Amino acid sequence: MKSGDAATAALPAPVPLRRRYPWLGGLSRFGGGMVFLALPLFLFGVFVFYPLVKSIYLGFFVSDPFGHGQEFVGFDQYREVLTSPDFRKSLLVTVLFALYTVPTGMILGLVFALLANQRLHGALFFRTVFSSTIAASVAVAAVMWLMLLNPSAGIVNWVLGQFDLPRVNWLTDPQWRQTWDSGPALMAVSLTTIWLNIGFTTLVLLAALQNIPQELYESARVDGASPWSLLRHITLPMLSPALLFVVIVASINAFQSFGQIHILTRGGPLDATNVIVYSIYTDAFINFEYGAAAVRAVALFVLVLAFTLVQFRFLAGKVFYR
Amino acid sequence: MTLRIQYSRVAKVALTYAALMLGAAIVILPIYLAVVNSLLPKEQAISYPPKLFPPHPQLGAYKKAMESVPLARYMFNSFAQSSVITIGQLATSVIAAYAFAFMRFPLRNFLFILFLSTLMVPFEASIIPNFQTVQMMGDVLGGKILSLDSYQALTIPFLATAFGTFLMRQHFMTIPLELRDAAAIDGYGHLRFLWHVVLPLSKPALGTLAVFSYLAAWNQYLWPLLVTNSDTYRTVQIGLAGLASQEIDSINVVMAGTVIALLPMLIVIVIFQRQLVRGLMTGAIKG
Repeated sequence: MKSGDAATAALPAPVPLRRRYPWLGGLSRFGGGMVFLALPLFLFGVFVFYPLVKSIYLGFFVSDPFGHGQEFVGFDQYREVLTSPDFRKSLLVTVLFALYTVPTGMILGLVFALLANQRLHGALFFRTVFSSTIAASVAVAAVMWLMLLNPSAGIVNWVLGQFDLPRVNWLTDPQWRQTWDSGPALMAVSLTTIWLNIGFTTLVLLAALQNIPQELYESARVDGASPWSLLRHITLPMLSPALLFVVIVASINAFQSFGQIHILTRGGPLDATNVIVYSIYTDAFINFEYGAAAVRAVALFVLVLAFTLVQFRFLAGKVFYR
Repeated sequence: MTLRIQYSRVAKVALTYAALMLGAAIVILPIYLAVVNSLLPKEQAISYPPKLFPPHPQLGAYKKAMESVPLARYMFNSFAQSSVITIGQLATSVIAAYAFAFMRFPLRNFLFILFLSTLMVPFEASIIPNFQTVQMMGDVLGGKILSLDSYQALTIPFLATAFGTFLMRQHFMTIPLELRDAAAIDGYGHLRFLWHVVLPLSKPALGTLAVFSYLAAWNQYLWPLLVTNSDTYRTVQIGLAGLASQEIDSINVVMAGTVIALLPMLIVIVIFQRQLVRGLMTGAIKG
């Protein structure tokens, strides 16, 4: 951007403003762009960027149980909350919850999509059934599973009974026969979540499957490829962008899950399902400790960021793009 | 030889069908049992073994559910919230994506990255300041523009979306720039070009984004739980959770409420199944 060019200024005839001040063109184009971007930028500023900074800031203050009279404590609160056993527990529960739900959901969705993608009579019916859980909201799913997991009258325990297995108090047992750190409650919340997500996963993978050109299969079959190697060498590589998409969406969802926990277990029993988002909710809106809750919120932000970057780093290289 | 191939083919088809049925049964079972239990009288709905059929279906639980909480109002609130968010997100995404795809201006790439960076901030991580903002705005403005317990609180924070902007930009990038140049020669300004040329070419992508936006808004739980505290603005998700704890001893009533909350979306999904798949194929996840 150069301004006030001597040669141009010396010209006798009046020069258009834009030629005399070349940066004006840039400025007016910038203004033109901003007309289109101003509203979203304003909304992001108010509801995304400012809150992020404010959360970090709030972490430096201890608030009394009434939410006012804040006292500056520097990094003390960060240190205290992040090293506390209950934060470590909620971090563990959050990661376990993601590990229970994301791979299982992806594999089930892949199996359903592969099955329903066959050219069979009624394929559309099965596609619709498999993707039907998209219609269920998190509250609908959680309330349904509340019924299915009912310890005395639920179908899940009834099925277990048919196999002579003992009944499980799905939502109230903190431990799984004292051997696992996370008990049936986390399992129950995970089951609900897997069911809830299966429709979306199947639908995305179905769409991706139908995008694979059939010629690839035909020429491979001519070369005598087995169904297994078709799957291994054509379907999975061609699906990899969709699989990466599904894994990233599912893990971000897992880290943000709240509704099913609020309805099924309220974070209990004994914090067995107290994921970070739930602990933010209890800290901030039940105990009114905004400062401590803000520290957890910042930790959640860092966790999601790190997880997403790691997934991109390790999985994106394995993704095959046409 | 041919006979053996036929046999293995029949066996394969039979196995595929068996697997499909098993999968479908597991996926549909929760919904099916919810319907069955909603049609049972109270005593049978919590009996052991669980009933798989309603011997004498009755609709009393639905009446009870509608009387117990204002379900119709909750549904209306959810429809209103989701519709406003969807329309708002479509509008802001299309306009911002247009600027990123068709206009040239300083800082364009920086601003695009800034947009994308919002995807890295989970809403739950910024929920405390957002709650405080809405609370404070309500106090300062006397509840006019934005305050707790209002439709504005349910919608305004979600009117812009980086995901939607990205989706639409990726689609707009497939429209040749020469089209813009030709339209400019014909005297089309940006808005006319957007409306008459770009949008008609973008229907599948718009449809996909609309579905994603609507589902995401409909599914919201934590934010509506925090910002609504009266039946006037409560959404169906929060209302259903309330019904479940209020009628904890009448599973049939709770399930009736659940079916009511599920039904509209289920009908939409069943009707638009093909379009959903096609929309996803043509846009969403091409990398």
